[in-house]
Amino acid sequence: MVNTQVTLSGLTLDNPVIPASGTFGYGYEFAEIYDINCLGSFSFKGTTREPRFGNPPPRIAETASGMLNAVGLQNPGIDKVIGEELPKLRRVFHKPVVANISGFSVEEYAECCGRIDREEGVGIIEVNISCPNVHCGGMSFGTSPESAAEVTRAVKAVTSKPVYMKLSPNVTDIAAIARACEDAGADGISLINTLMGMRIDLKRRAPVIKNTTGGLSGPAVFPVALRMVWQVYNAVKIPIIGMGGVTTAEDVIEMMLAGATAVEVGAANLVDPLASKKIVEELPRVMERLNIENLTDIIGGAHNG
Amino acid sequence: MRNEIFTLRFNREIAKNTFEMTLSGDTAGIAPGQFVNIRLDGFYLRRPISVCDYSEGSLTLIYKVVGHGTEHMSSLTRGARLDLLTGLGNGYDTAPSGLRPLLIGGGAGVPPMYALAKALISEGKMPAVILGFNSAGEVFYEEEFRALGADTYVTTADGSYGIRGFVTDAMDRVRYTYFYTCGPEPMLRAVYGKSVTSGQFSFEERMGCGFGACMGCTCRTKYGNKRICKDGPVLTKEEIVW
Ligand SMILES: Cc1cc2nc3c(=O)[nH]c(=O)nc-3n(C[C@H](O)[C@H](O)[C@H](O)COP(=O)(O)OP(=O)(O)OC[C@H]3O[C@@H](n4cnc5c(N)ncnc54)[C@H](O)[C@@H]3O)c2cc1C
Ligand SMILES: Cc1cc2nc3c(=O)[nH]c(=O)nc-3n(C[C@H](O)[C@H](O)[C@H](O)COP(=O)(O)O)c2cc1C
Ligand code: FES
Repeated sequence: MVNTQVTLSGLTLDNPVIPASGTFGYGYEFAEIYDINCLGSFSFKGTTREPRFGNPPPRIAETASGMLNAVGLQNPGIDKVIGEELPKLRRVFHKPVVANISGFSVEEYAECCGRIDREEGVGIIEVNISCPNVHCGGMSFGTSPESAAEVTRAVKAVTSKPVYMKLSPNVTDIAAIARACEDAGADGISLINTLMGMRIDLKRRAPVIKNTTGGLSGPAVFPVALRMVWQVYNAVKIPIIGMGGVTTAEDVIEMMLAGATAVEVGAANLVDPLASKKIVEELPRVMERLNIENLTDIIGGAHNG
Repeated sequence: MRNEIFTLRFNREIAKNTFEMTLSGDTAGIAPGQFVNIRLDGFYLRRPISVCDYSEGSLTLIYKVVGHGTEHMSSLTRGARLDLLTGLGNGYDTAPSGLRPLLIGGGAGVPPMYALAKALISEGKMPAVILGFNSAGEVFYEEEFRALGADTYVTTADGSYGIRGFVTDAMDRVRYTYFYTCGPEPMLRAVYGKSVTSGQFSFEERMGCGFGACMGCTCRTKYGNKRICKDGPVLTKEEIVW
């Protein structure tokens, strides 16, 4: 018997597989077709203080081995998430969830994180300072070490749960930003959010996405994500949740060898609603084949090789 | 939603760039106005296609070749295995139709009208159908609708077949109790303006998942935000915000 358990800041997960924010809703659609309690945890849709419609459509474009999205943080707002979604979610998912929080000011991040911190079913707070699809917020906090640290400090001051800062790949020095978050008290780092990109419709001679640009995700970004997890592992001591293009159990192992303690699965859930379940089921078989007994043993394992 | 593997039985061109694909597989839970989301080798996102007809073990889709994905679909041959998500979307509600519903389909919006016409007829209703196309070469399924016993009108924009003009030019010819429509957005807007009863509209949007998880397809309605893939694709006349 292999052991797939991993521990993130004191929270032990049955396995490292966590559906990524924005690709799993609040879990209900997936609970229709499988028991989502097989997952390590899941990260729910990015939540802001106010309800948001998000960007005008079209919001989605296909790319080679991936997709662009410009959803723009559509969500019902923190009141409804706490009052309606979390109680409903608890009926289909019985493990602690990852609460993904976004904001447009340092105060908003702090207010939302402070409120979600009091929710029993929340295991980790994932602070998204990396959304490329909103203006004057989101990613702008994640592109400089100073502002990333400022958000981290503000959130840490009002929370008791582990805080993971979710970083943007659209930066020149990811290690410096991760280090700034660690120095400001972050308990862990989540990465990567999507890479900014675009597509043009040849017939209309105009961008496919109404917002012009969108965030690239899917297998196309996996090597970039892996490289960034590797660099952040070298830069910080706190645990890393790695993501970006993860589609198979082998991808999970690769992310962990680069330095991730757990792994999020995003776009793969959209094209195959059973993707996360299949990864959970494949993982023990792949571990056996690779002679891995304890998954925790391989975290950062490729750095010694 | 269900995830099922279907086997291709027929795939034939029935009009200009328009293919009818018949698949065998588990059709449990499929309803008129719903769609399936098809995984295609070499394409990252699935392709949403409306349910045109279904019976136990058999599913018919009609699609227009407009890009690389539908082009690839048209090259598939008998025996090909396709991974489908089925039972997607809310589908049409036949309850408010009255005895004489009018079904209005334009181009690639014609297919869902067929399963709907069948369902309405099985409930003892007498639907009339208007099918709109650009020109004679694109017309399909006129005979199939007539064979169901539905009063069928065909319009072509260039006048090369049937009534010259748009579907709205045929709407005056029919007295109807309610209507159902699917087609390109300009057509839907025209039908909205011309219609004299309440009705239901089927919408398209670019989709990430097709089953409600990504918020890629949201639109505004009078009753709040709706996901075209999950809370739609069918919206009522009363709730639409253009
Ligand atoms: C609910 C629903 C039902 C549909 N039913 C039918 C049908 O019965 N028959 C039919 O011929 N067509 C139907 N369509 C449109 C069909 O999905 C597109 O024509 C098809 O996805 C085009 O794929 P492509 O690769 O050939 O085109 P490309 O333009 O190369 O596709 C690129 C991307 O854009 C998406 N896309 C392009 N056009 C559309 C569109 N009109 N709507 C949504 N996504 C689009 C594709 O899915 C793909 O992700 C339906 C669309 C929706 C949303
Ligand atoms: C449709 C969509 C919506 C997303 N929404 C959010 C979000 O609300 N908050 C967030 O932190 N990340 C969001 N993301 C980013 C993912 O959580 C993930 O970081 C990214 O997609 C990379 O993983 P992947 O390649 O496996 O998809 C979204 C991604 C997609 C595709
Ligand atoms: S396409 Fe994903 S929610 Fe509609």
